[in-house]
Amino acid sequence: MKRTPLFAAHQKSGARLIEFGGWEMPVFYSSIADEHQATRTAAGLFDISHMGEFVLCGPAADAFLNSVLTNDIRKLRPGLGQYTLLCNESGGVIDDLYVYQTGAEEFLMVVNAARIEADFRWMRKLWSAFPNHDDVDLVNASDAFGAVALQGPKVAAFIDHCVDRGGNPSELGKNEIKQTTFDGKKIFVSRTGYTGEDGFEIVAPADVIEPVWNRILEAGRPHGLKPAGLGARDTLRTEVCYPLYGHELDEQTTPLEAGLGFFVALDKSDFMGKQPLLAQKAASPARRLVAFKMQGRCAPPRPGYPIWTSGSPAPIGNVTSGTQSPSLGIGIGLGYVGKDFAAPNTAIEIEIRGQRAPATIVAKPIYKSGKNKITV
Amino acid sequence: MNVPADLKYAKTHEWLLLKGETATVGISDHAQHELTDVVFVETPAVGRKVKAGEACAVVESVKTASDIYAPVSGEITAANTELAQHPELINSDPYGKGWIFEIKLSQASETAQLLAPEAYSKQISG
Repeated sequence: MKRTPLFAAHQKSGARLIEFGGWEMPVFYSSIADEHQATRTAAGLFDISHMGEFVLCGPAADAFLNSVLTNDIRKLRPGLGQYTLLCNESGGVIDDLYVYQTGAEEFLMVVNAARIEADFRWMRKLWSAFPNHDDVDLVNASDAFGAVALQGPKVAAFIDHCVDRGGNPSELGKNEIKQTTFDGKKIFVSRTGYTGEDGFEIVAPADVIEPVWNRILEAGRPHGLKPAGLGARDTLRTEVCYPLYGHELDEQTTPLEAGLGFFVALDKSDFMGKQPLLAQKAASPARRLVAFKMQGRCAPPRPGYPIWTSGSPAPIGNVTSGTQSPSLGIGIGLGYVGKDFAAPNTAIEIEIRGQRAPATIVAKPIYKSGKNKITV
Repeated sequence: MNVPADLKYAKTHEWLLLKGETATVGISDHAQHELTDVVFVETPAVGRKVKAGEACAVVESVKTASDIYAPVSGEITAANTELAQHPELINSDPYGKGWIFEIKLSQASETAQLLAPEAYSKQISG
């Protein structure tokens, strides 16, 4: 199993470690609920060094990326990033990722840990077929970088103390990125995250990430910051309905089925997967990713559980992510169902160990930061 | 980790308190610490007959569902209904209010297969 440059720091903090996408990662330090709550009310610090980084540069880098990724790269400018997808020839998802424009002819892609090799293989293949590929340099820099995510409503108050003086990441707008320094070494800071809270992600050379981690822990302690593991990362993203590759997304699933049409620019010039996606949009996807809440007290839904409606002779779909929502105190989940069952307020049933428990499809996100009442 | 001296333990982290022909069963302090954040407990039906080693309850934490095994064979005589409203009792009081079920033993000799506190302590520290 691979280990991030922060592995020793996690061991020192008494983290419980698990395997995730080939990496040995902290699942929690104190408890998932505790770290979830800290991130919703104050601040949480996550090791995301397992994620991959690709660097692209050259005069045709933008044109290449626009032919490969689903979102419109022309909406970017130096200092801005966007959520986007990498598809196969059938419009199935190879990966979902963030791409940042870090210079006039320079881009940074941040991809899922378990997909680094698959993504890079596919990108290299598309690069070979790209007419102007001599004008594009594509590098898998995943091993050279570590990364952390600092998330929560209080982080803007101390992020500026976590980098060299004058870096001022707090001035970044949503999805913006800047290059600044930490102890004189170049780092990237973006205003992005995977929790539904305000926050920042820092990408730094692998040998700088541990001092970055320690500096943030120190600067955040008076604000209630806690180190947080993949357990809380999963409950936080599930509440706000962000997809997780391998759960909501895979090579047999399209972005349109996953409800990510906003990030697919069908109006731009040709890109990988465009034709099948156009056809699917015209025909309307037969299955849809929905969010649901369990009704009343019951066991939490889990990935793989069948979804039914009363009276249906067979399941209408499957749960892809499910947990007890630490913010709402009820079972919540995401899953795919036939399009006729996908409307909010549709009554469904989740099969839990052979018994069906009532649930209701709800509008996404299930939880909205700062706008929730506790309801059961 | 707290391992009370008056209990017997299963390798799968259940504890058993013998009171004549019946026994109370729960999960150890070590087990609740490993699970953290218990959010739901499915207790066995009273009257159900179980064999030693049979999965008969489920403890759900935020992250995962874990089977609880009957440490001995017998008939379930009571289940802790408090856990329906307060599953967190498993975390806060694993040897007391967090008990899961009572069982009437059908083969009392099976308790000899269970671990003494010293042996269980050794298992969880290893």
